[in-house]
Amino acid sequence: MNFIPLILALGIAPFMVGLINRVKAIFGGRQGQPLLQPYYDIWKLLHKGAVYSRTTSWVFRAGPIVTLAGVLVATALMPLGSCPSLISFSGDLILFAYLLALGRFFTVAAALDTGSPFEGMGASREVFFSTLAEPALLLGLAAVAKKAIGTPLISLTEIHQHVTPELWAGSGLILVFVAIAFLLVYLAENSRIPVDDPNTHLELTMIHEVMVLDHSGPDFAFILYGAALKLWVLGALIVGMVVPNTGYMVIDLATSLVGMFVLAVLVGVIESVMGRLRLLRVSQLLVGATALSVLALVLEYRG
Amino acid sequence: MTAFAEIILVFVLLTNFTLLASARLSTCIRQVAAQGVVLGLLPLLVGPEGPGARLFLVAAVMLVVKGIVFPKLLFRSLRNANVVHESTPIVGHTASIVLGIGILIVSFWFTSRFPLPAGQQPVSTLVLPVALATLLSGFLLIVIRRLALMQVVGYLVLENDIFVFGVGLAHEEPLLIEMGILLDVFVAVLVMGIAMFHISRTFDHIDVDQLSQLRD
Amino acid sequence: MIIAGLILIPAVAGLSAIFWRSRGGRRALLVVAALVHATLTAACWAQPQEPVPQGWLGLDSLGLIFLTIVSVLFLAAAIYGVGYLRDEERKGHIADLEEGFLFTNVPEAMFIGCLLLFLSAMTLVTTCQHLGLLWVGVEATTLASAPLIYFHRHHRSLEATWKYIMICSVGIALALLGTFLLAVAARGVGDGEAGLVVGDLISHSSGMNTQWLKAAFLFFLVGYGTKMGLAPLHTWLPDAHSESPSLVSALLSGALLNCAFLGILRAHQLCVAAGEAEFSRGLLIVFGLMSMGLAAVFIVRQADFKRMLAYSSVEHMGILAIGVGLGGVGVFGSMLHAFNHSLTKAALFLVAGNILAAYRTKSIGEVSGVLRVLPVSGVLWIAGFLSITGSPPFGTFLSEFTILKAALDGGQYVVAVLYLVFLSLIFIGMANIVLRMAQGEPPVDHTASRPRESWWEIASPAVLIVLVLVLGLYIPPRLSDTLQSAAEQMGSGRPTETVAAQASAVSQSADPASKVTAASTRK
Repeated sequence: MNFIPLILALGIAPFMVGLINRVKAIFGGRQGQPLLQPYYDIWKLLHKGAVYSRTTSWVFRAGPIVTLAGVLVATALMPLGSCPSLISFSGDLILFAYLLALGRFFTVAAALDTGSPFEGMGASREVFFSTLAEPALLLGLAAVAKKAIGTPLISLTEIHQHVTPELWAGSGLILVFVAIAFLLVYLAENSRIPVDDPNTHLELTMIHEVMVLDHSGPDFAFILYGAALKLWVLGALIVGMVVPNTGYMVIDLATSLVGMFVLAVLVGVIESVMGRLRLLRVSQLLVGATALSVLALVLEYRG
Repeated sequence: MTAFAEIILVFVLLTNFTLLASARLSTCIRQVAAQGVVLGLLPLLVGPEGPGARLFLVAAVMLVVKGIVFPKLLFRSLRNANVVHESTPIVGHTASIVLGIGILIVSFWFTSRFPLPAGQQPVSTLVLPVALATLLSGFLLIVIRRLALMQVVGYLVLENDIFVFGVGLAHEEPLLIEMGILLDVFVAVLVMGIAMFHISRTFDHIDVDQLSQLRD
Repeated sequence: MIIAGLILIPAVAGLSAIFWRSRGGRRALLVVAALVHATLTAACWAQPQEPVPQGWLGLDSLGLIFLTIVSVLFLAAAIYGVGYLRDEERKGHIADLEEGFLFTNVPEAMFIGCLLLFLSAMTLVTTCQHLGLLWVGVEATTLASAPLIYFHRHHRSLEATWKYIMICSVGIALALLGTFLLAVAARGVGDGEAGLVVGDLISHSSGMNTQWLKAAFLFFLVGYGTKMGLAPLHTWLPDAHSESPSLVSALLSGALLNCAFLGILRAHQLCVAAGEAEFSRGLLIVFGLMSMGLAAVFIVRQADFKRMLAYSSVEHMGILAIGVGLGGVGVFGSMLHAFNHSLTKAALFLVAGNILAAYRTKSIGEVSGVLRVLPVSGVLWIAGFLSITGSPPFGTFLSEFTILKAALDGGQYVVAVLYLVFLSLIFIGMANIVLRMAQGEPPVDHTASRPRESWWEIASPAVLIVLVLVLGLYIPPRLSDTLQSAAEQMGSGRPTETVAAQASAVSQSADPASKVTAASTRK
C-alpha cells in the first residue's frame, strides 16, 4: 500500500508536463502536442547516443544521474492523499527539502563544469532564486505542522493526514497563505512563468534551460524525467495542503489526483496569462512568498 | 465576528508588505486607500451589541474620507508633480520586504509580553501586534522613501495604525473627538498636498532626499 | 464663556481676515483681535473661570500661565507685525538675501488670517482639559503655522516648511497613540469609563495600569517633545525658526514650544498622581540634558544668528524639562522660566528681524556695529543676550538659579554640574557672537540707505525686555501664587508651606547680587 504514491508518481509525472503544455496550446489557439509527448521524448532520448565535450569532467556526467536519484528518493518520501509514503519518519520534510537541494547543486555543478558563460549565468540565477525560495518552503511547512499537531518536526505523511475539513474550518486563513506561498515556490523551483520561461530560445533570458543546454541523449532523458518528477512531487505537496483528507484512502487518492490535474491546469493558465517578471521583481516575489509563510507561522503561534 | 475582524487585520498586514514592495506611486496610493477603507469596516464589528448609530457614522465618514477624498488629493498632487514611479529608495525593495518580515516578527514577539489590563475586550487578539507592525511599517516608509508623496503615504499608514489601535480596543471616544481627529488629518493631507505642489514647482522634482541645503 | 470667547474670537477674526479686502482694515483687525484676546486673558486673572460642562475646557493655573504667555507674545508680535507688513509691502518684488533670486510673499490676507487661526489653536491647547481635544489643538497649530513659515516663497523656506510639517505631524501622531494608550491604562478602573479629561483621570489614578501608563507617557514625551524641540527630535527647529519671518519665529519659539510642553506636563501630572513620578522625572531630565548639550555644541560655532536663537530655544526647552524633572522647587523655577524665556526670546527674535532688515544678511560674520546703526535695537540686542543667558538682574537668572538649587537640594550633583557646564558653554558661544555683532564699525555698503528705526519695530521688543527686567526684580504675588499652584499640580513633592516659603524667599532675593551671595543667604 505504501508503494501506491511512488508508483503513481513514476507513472503519471510526465503526463502532468503534457497537460500543462496542452493547456498553454489551447490558450494559444493551437492544437498542441499530444498529451503523451513527454513519454515519447524520454523514450527517444534514451535510445540516442550522448556527446560529451572534451572540457568536461566526471561532474558533468554525474550531474543528471545524481539529480534524478535525489528526486526519486524525494518522491519516495512524498505521500499522496492519506496514503502514507514509502519512507516516512519524524522530520523527513527537512530531508525532502535537502534532497531537492542536492539535485539542484549537482545540476549547477554540471553546468559550471562546461565552462560556458551562458550556463554560469543560469547557474547563478538559479541558485539565487532557490535561496530566496527555501525559507518560504520550510517556514510554510513548519506553520502547517504546528497547526496540525503542535510540533514542527513531524513527517510529511502525518502532516497530510492531518489536513482535514476540520482544520480548514478552524484556521483556513493560515492554510490559504501557506498554499499561496507554496504555489510561488512551485513556480520558482519548476522554472515556470512568471519566474522563468520554459519555451524561450534566447539563452540570455533562460534560467533553468540554459543550465542543461549541453546535455544530450540519456542524460537529457534523465533531466527531463527528473524535472517531471519534481513537478509532481512539489505539486503533491501543495495538493496535500489544500485538499482536505477524509480518512478513506481511495476517496483521498482520487481527490488528490484530481487536485494534481487541477493544479496542472492552473499552472498552464498562469503561464498563459502572465508574462515573465523582470529578474529584480522575481526576487521580490520570492521574498514576498517568504513573508506570507512567516505571516502564517506567526499567526499560528499567536493562536 | 472575531474571524471577520481577523481577516481585516491580516489584510492590513498584507497591505503593509505590498506598500513596502511597490515602486509605482499610483499603486501605493490605491493600497493605502484600500487599507483605510477596509479599516473603516472595523468599527462596525466593535461592541457586543452590534454597531450603534454613532459607529455607523464613524465608519461611513472614514470610508468616504479615506477611500475617496485622500486618493483624490494625492492623485492630484501626483499629476502636478509629473512622476510615475520613483527611483530606488534608500533601502532597496527586496531589502524593505525583508525588513517588513523582521518588523512582523518583532511586533508579535513584543506585544506578547504586554498583556492588556483587565476589563479590555479587544476586537481580536491580533489588534496589538498589527498596530505595532503597521506603526513600524509606516515609519519605515517615511524614512526610506525618497519622494515626498511616499512620505505622505507613510503618514497615512501611521494614521491608519492609530485608528486600528483606537477602534480595535473598543475604545469609546466621543464623536466630536473622532471627527476632530479626522478633520485634522484631512487638513494635514491638504496642506501637505499644497506643499508638494510648491515643491514640484520650485525644484522640478519631489525628491526630498535632495532637500538638504539647510544644515549646520 | 470667556474661554469660548478666547478661542472663537481669533478664529472668526482669522477667517474673516482671509477674505477682507482692505489692507489697513486687515492689519487693524490683527491688532484689535490681539488686544481683545489680551483683555480677556486679563479678565481670567481677575476671576477664576468655571470649566465648561463635561470638563473639556477649563483654565487651571497651569493653563492660565501658558495662556498669558501666548496672549502677551501675540500682542507684541501683532504690533511689530503691522510695521513689518508695511515694510514688506513697500519692497515689492524682493531679492533673496543669500542667493539673490527674486521671490514673492504669501498674500498678506492669508498671512494675517493664519496668524489669527494660529492664536486660536494655541488658545485651545492651553484651555482644554480633554487630552483628545488637546491633540486636535496641537495638530491645528502645526497646520496653521505651516503657511506662516512659508511666508517668503523660496526653496529654503519650502524645505524648512516641508520638514516642519512632516516631522511635527509624525511626532504628533505618536502623541495620539500615547493618548490612546493612556485611555487603555485608565480603563476598567472603578466605574467603567474614565474618559480622557485630566481631572477625571487624576481622581482615578490609583487604579491605573502602570505598565501602560508608562508606555503612554513615553509616547507623549516623544510625540509632543518633537513639537517642543527636545533633542534629538528637534531637527526641524533650526530650519523653521531661521527661515520664517521674525515675528513668526518669535511666536513659534515663545508660545508654540510652550504649548507642546503643556501636553507633556499633562501626562506628567497623571504619572505623579499615579505614583510613577520617578519614571517620568528621570526621562524628563535625560531629554533635558540632551537638549542643553546639543544646543551648546551647535551654538558655539554658529554662523547664522537666527539659527543661534533657534538653538537657544532648544536649550531653554531642555532647561524647562530639567526643572520639572527635578521636582520640588524646580517645578516652580520651570514655570517661572517659561515666562521669562518666552518674553526674552520673543524680544530677541523681533530685534533680530530689525537687524536682518537693516543689514540684509543672516550671516554673523557680515554684521557688526549694530549699536551704531540701530541704537535702540543694539541695546535691546545686548540686553536680550544677557537675559537669555541668565545674567542678573533679569528674571531668567532667578528661574535658572532656582532650578540649580533644586538640583543641589535633591542631591543630583551630576545633573547640576552638567547644567552649569552647558550654561557656561552657551554663554561663551553667544557672547562671542552677540558682542561681536553689536560692537565695532558698521560695514559701509549695507546700511547706507537705512532709515531711522520706526516706532513699530522697537516698541514690542523694548516692552518685552522691560517686563523681563521687572520680573527679575519683583514677582507680583498674584503671579507667584499661580506659579506655585501650577507647581503643586505637578507634584512638587513637598508640603505646600515649604514650597511657598522657598518661593517667596527666592523672589525676595532678587537683587543684582552674585550667585555666591545668594547661595549664602539661602543657607
